[in-house]
Amino acid sequence: MAEADARTGSGPAPVEVRGLVKRYGELAAVAGIDLTVHAGDVYGYLGPNGAGKTTCLRMMLGLIRPTEGTVRLFGRDPQESAQALDGVAGFVEAPTFYPYLNGRRNLELLAAFDGEDARTRIDEALDTVELAHRAKDRVGGYSHGMRQRLGIAAALLRNPKLLLLDEPATGLDPAGMRDMRLLIRRLADQGITVMLSSHLLAEVEELCNRVAIVRTGRIVYEGAISELKRTAGATYRLSTTDDERALAVCRAQPGVSDARVVQGRIAFTADDAAVAELSQALVEAGALIRILAPEHVTLEDLFFSLTEGDGAASAEAPAVVAG
Amino acid sequence: MSAVAQPAGGVSERTRSRPGVGAVYRWELFKLRFQKRTYLGLGASALVPIIFVVAIQFRHHRDNGGDFAFASYLTKSGLVVPLVILLFGAVWMFPLITALVAGDIFASEDHNGTLKTVLTRSLERWQIFAGKALAAATYAVVAIAINGTVAVVAGCLESGFNSVQTLTGTIVSAPKGLELVYLSLLFYLIPIATVVCIGLMLSTITRNSAAAVVGTLMVSLLFQLIGILPGLGATQPYLLSTQFNAWQGLLRQPIDWSPIIRAVWVCALYGVPALGTAFLVFLRRDVAGG
Repeated sequence: MAEADARTGSGPAPVEVRGLVKRYGELAAVAGIDLTVHAGDVYGYLGPNGAGKTTCLRMMLGLIRPTEGTVRLFGRDPQESAQALDGVAGFVEAPTFYPYLNGRRNLELLAAFDGEDARTRIDEALDTVELAHRAKDRVGGYSHGMRQRLGIAAALLRNPKLLLLDEPATGLDPAGMRDMRLLIRRLADQGITVMLSSHLLAEVEELCNRVAIVRTGRIVYEGAISELKRTAGATYRLSTTDDERALAVCRAQPGVSDARVVQGRIAFTADDAAVAELSQALVEAGALIRILAPEHVTLEDLFFSLTEGDGAASAEAPAVVAG
Repeated sequence: MSAVAQPAGGVSERTRSRPGVGAVYRWELFKLRFQKRTYLGLGASALVPIIFVVAIQFRHHRDNGGDFAFASYLTKSGLVVPLVILLFGAVWMFPLITALVAGDIFASEDHNGTLKTVLTRSLERWQIFAGKALAAATYAVVAIAINGTVAVVAGCLESGFNSVQTLTGTIVSAPKGLELVYLSLLFYLIPIATVVCIGLMLSTITRNSAAAVVGTLMVSLLFQLIGILPGLGATQPYLLSTQFNAWQGLLRQPIDWSPIIRAVWVCALYGVPALGTAFLVFLRRDVAGG
């Protein structure tokens, strides 16, 4: 089942999920997920509320049993033994601690549950998340952001090779979100593979190199963000001296698709070569170009196109896998 | 934020000692030190004998006895006090004190969401279960020990460290009486262990601390109720409530072991399935809340 990591060729992939299903009675919270997180990835797991992201992460961490399918973390099944979680850390939903113990005591407890070398990393982990000065305060008095950071510190005690984080920036103020983003980036730069679920698409776009987009328990896209943008095609805006004629030219031009009028201007999708030929065709048709500019496609645009409406993103449609 | 050390080596290269049941047990006991319910239960264990001795002092001048075992000896030897408390504590006090922790130990983790935190570390579920179950049992032992010791001290201060009359009428010396008191406390732990098992079962099944604590007490009271219902006399020897009196066999000359032996297997009959259910539920359950 577990395949060698294609990217590094150095053993099983950090995360390998095949045919994962979780049903609660009639409801399929996760309806057949396949994904692979390669070593070194910062992998975004995206989807609207109720898409099954957290359920999937719980199965990856061995907290709930899949109805069907398999999860392998570095080739090991977390349902079989806690040893499968060696080198793996993270949290689902908000990280939780014993409110009547202080931050350090909580970490000491968790370090004791990790093995004795984890205890030696407590100070370093507290420093990393900038909680050393509050380590002797009871966690019951911590803000949400501090608990999130303590959650990261608890994960670092395990000296992880893989971090599984569920909405790590949710509920944080802008400064807290920035700090969390920087922290994840730094951890990734140091060789830790990160898989994170998030609603914050700009954050995912900035942090992640690969994503899975889920809708109603199914993956509708898995692969590199750059590939997703490339396959989606570039969108252009066009304004000419004769837009009516230009629209007709666009619709007739090979390689140009989805030509329409948006807010008084023509919008269409095409690759670079088709745009060059279109500009010549417009001139020949007497529609002189005033503006011909590419529009930046954001991950958010792509996310909504994949998770809303009935088109290519329908629940029954097969997943797009790239990269 | 400062830099993080480069993770050393691959996962398979790690050579670290794995945690075990002992780590869970130690930290469960540590956590109990910070919880109000711990002190509520242990406080009650210590306070009840003191209140009882004060009450004896007030009643002393009005009448000298009652219609229960050892009643006539209450003011003659302080060693009788812990035995009388064992007699009456079985109804609700000891089951409640035991349930305060046994019923809460899994349910509160569920409620607070900390179960998912500990389950994503390096411990197997059975290890977490075993550590918690041992901690709940330890708490019950400590509560009984505190109760017995405070009762001995308070009783002896009030009535003296004197010889005791057994249930068969023979008189035993004070040191022998003290030995019998602690042996009684020891055998009292048999039905208490069953209450712990029931508490653990309800804690894992209900995932609700209050429901598990009250439920454990209700089960205990239900046995008491069945015991007094007319027409159900034949069931009496096999009720959990009856086993709370098994220690009285020690206070006969010669010692009557039959109620103690029966207590062992009857309590096992109730306790083992309850503990097994708790274990299986905890091992197989989805941790989705919190």
